[in-house]
Amino acid sequence: MTSVPATVASWLKVTESGLYCAAGDFYIDPSRAVPRAVVTHGHGDHARPGHQAVLATAETCAIMTARMGTGAGDSMQPLALGETLRIGNVSLRLAPAGHVLGSAQVVIEHGGHRAVISGDYKRRADPTCTPFELVQCDVFITEATFGLPVFRHPPAALEIERLLASVERFPERCHLVGTYALGKAQRVVALLRAAGYDEPLYIHGALAKLCALYERLGVALGPLLPVADMTKEALAGRIVLAPPSAANDRWARRLPEPLPVGASGWMGVRARARQRGVELALVLSDHADWDELTQTISEVEAAEVWVTHGREDALVHFATGAGLAARALSLAGREEEGA
Amino acid sequence: MKGFAELLDGLAFQPARNGKLRLLEDYFAATPDPDRGYALAALTGNLSLRTAKPKLIRALVDERVDPVLFGWSYDFVGDLAETVALIWPVGETPAGAVPAAAAPTTLGTVVETLNDAGRSEVPGLTRRWLDQMDATQRWALLKLITGGLRVGVSAGLAKTALATFGGVKAAEIEEVWHGISPPYGALFSWLEGHGARPDVSGTAVFRSPMLANPVTDAELATLDAGNYRAEWKWDGIRVQLVALADGQRRVFSRSGDDISPAFPDIVEAMTFSGVLDGELVVMDDDQIAPFDRLQPRLGRRQVSPAMLRDRPAHVRLYDILFDGEEDLRPLPFDARRARLEAWFARAARPRLDLSPLIGFTGWEALADLRGQARQAGIEGLMLKRADSAYVSGRPKGPWFKWKRDPLLIDAVLMYAQRGHGKRSSFYSDYTFGCWRRDRGDDVLVPVGKAYFGFTDDELATLDRWVRNNTINRFGPVREVTPGVVLEVAFDSVHESTRHKSGLAMRFPRISRIRWDKPVDEADRVETLAQLMRV
Repeated sequence: MTSVPATVASWLKVTESGLYCAAGDFYIDPSRAVPRAVVTHGHGDHARPGHQAVLATAETCAIMTARMGTGAGDSMQPLALGETLRIGNVSLRLAPAGHVLGSAQVVIEHGGHRAVISGDYKRRADPTCTPFELVQCDVFITEATFGLPVFRHPPAALEIERLLASVERFPERCHLVGTYALGKAQRVVALLRAAGYDEPLYIHGALAKLCALYERLGVALGPLLPVADMTKEALAGRIVLAPPSAANDRWARRLPEPLPVGASGWMGVRARARQRGVELALVLSDHADWDELTQTISEVEAAEVWVTHGREDALVHFATGAGLAARALSLAGREEEGA
Repeated sequence: MKGFAELLDGLAFQPARNGKLRLLEDYFAATPDPDRGYALAALTGNLSLRTAKPKLIRALVDERVDPVLFGWSYDFVGDLAETVALIWPVGETPAGAVPAAAAPTTLGTVVETLNDAGRSEVPGLTRRWLDQMDATQRWALLKLITGGLRVGVSAGLAKTALATFGGVKAAEIEEVWHGISPPYGALFSWLEGHGARPDVSGTAVFRSPMLANPVTDAELATLDAGNYRAEWKWDGIRVQLVALADGQRRVFSRSGDDISPAFPDIVEAMTFSGVLDGELVVMDDDQIAPFDRLQPRLGRRQVSPAMLRDRPAHVRLYDILFDGEEDLRPLPFDARRARLEAWFARAARPRLDLSPLIGFTGWEALADLRGQARQAGIEGLMLKRADSAYVSGRPKGPWFKWKRDPLLIDAVLMYAQRGHGKRSSFYSDYTFGCWRRDRGDDVLVPVGKAYFGFTDDELATLDRWVRNNTINRFGPVREVTPGVVLEVAFDSVHESTRHKSGLAMRFPRISRIRWDKPVDEADRVETLAQLMRV
């Protein structure tokens, strides 16, 4: 009698191109171009260009097309959250992951067993995307970006308060918040709006396209203006959003005494934050922190948890200690990104 | 504790002096007594606290956290206090324990409770506080009780912030500072206008010293030499000796740090009542030893008999501020000098002597003397107006320092690092090297680092050059291909174990960028080493 995880492993495998569902002949977030790809969300290390056919939420399809144009995939097939699709011998549905707009977990059922691939996820409220849905399953494949118990993200609203307090304290400077173009930028904007900040926000050109797309997809962001149109003086006391690398770039010289602000889960560790040269470190993450990761792997009640990119060792150690079956899954092509 | 934790956190991330000052001023304004006073004491190194050893903190965290996970986490974070602050699992009070107090724990409570507590109570108290606090507060608490704040605030900076906060001169803070103690209630009351300036009569306090501005040859030409007196600028550290009739004696550094514990030999010789200004040096027989012989005696809490014997300290006196109780500072320089000489003549003074006035006929004659300063191991000359009163700070005009010409060396740019604040997008900190023979090859060895001396235009050009010639990146640092020769000016060079070259420069700065010079014509490490002896 083969165990349930072993049975699932016979049709859901790690290959050089990433996770492959043999029973349905498709890959999930493949690291290189493949004939058929299911994509959890639009970040570059999950959504690669050049696939023949892509299946993803309508939002993720739109984000991929906005970023890669025709390189996103020869055919883009949207699938609504919660809708079930039959592919070969498996049935597949997408469940919200709460990571960024359009992000989804992939739920695959085959031979009476269910596997859930979390993609990147978080459990907290985020005004820019649908909240995470807990799906119980036989095998749960989880991310572990912040899989160490030192990662405990404080409430986002408190971090935004710290940003606004700093803007008040340094009115002659411009606060330059380093945010990735997809997800973090729009979340920071939405959190500022939720905190009652309705002044215009100023954005680097690299963020414009996706901010516009978010608005088109129904996420209100309030007044956003291009930095390029502003004089140096007019940006004093303002909040500017730009890709994290821009703070150290010659581009930043157009800003009045920029105060570099970091906004990620890594910012909780001072040495890390200081390495990145920030003067204000906001712990603001779109990934699950340690408590969310451990809560989730307990709640899905899976026969086995497979842990990928991040601190697999620590999360597997925790799960084993808690009496859960877990193992590390080594997937190539993952990198530490704007978490 | 919340406000103090936020202050420390802000200071740890704030590289700019002005930014740090703003954080401190805001904190003093927003925080009640006695918390702000204890914070001030902690920042200035004046807080005496029953401290906890890292071992105790480890034991506390081991009660709650899986040791494997803790090990991996510590490895990742790299700092014990921070790891424990982040990893501490809250809400896991063991059954039967007393529930945490509802009121937030203040810095004052922490300090006063710890000082009233016995050693055996420290673990329990710490555990309880860790449970009540958020991660930033836990970090601040652990930094505080393990005795290592390290947030880049000097006592001088804290006092500057106090002065701005209270709308008084920094010198006024200095004058009361050594007569008051934590939590400084009277000080804050005075600064907020509720009370009188703290009465420090009868305590040996520091008076802000008078400082000099650098002067150029061109500026000198516009001044009348007859109005000035000249002295040697000795190569030691500036000190103030304060002795009261009741036996209180203190040696202060130029910035107001009490360095008496490091100089018992000087303290012993202070058998007088008054305040004197002079240069602290090490004496070899009748000669002032080079600065690096004094260096090992600085920054100590205790000094060994061997060090007292081998590096005897001595103070060469420049000025007298008080003779007994009498404040001489309003007198003109000439009158003070006469009082200093008379005072010195009254009794023999072991370990003290007078810095002689230099007779001169005009600037040119003085320039010749200055030319010999390096040979004599002297930093340069001091020029003081004959009629100048002794005032604190660095007033423009009455006193000048006319330093000896710097030494120069041609070095090759090796690494560049991004600056801070306005320079955060510029590669503005330069590490340069000289050539050395290594297994048959000429290789560059770093000899120093400098981040000023160039114009904004030169900075922009260097920045562009660095970006276009990068061969390696290490975080904010770029390694560049050897291609630019920098003419580096510096005051002197000494042996040092800190650099691979075994040498360290004092006051290095970029004096010229030698775009014209091929890198293989830059200087050799041996050439720099020879400059130790000029």
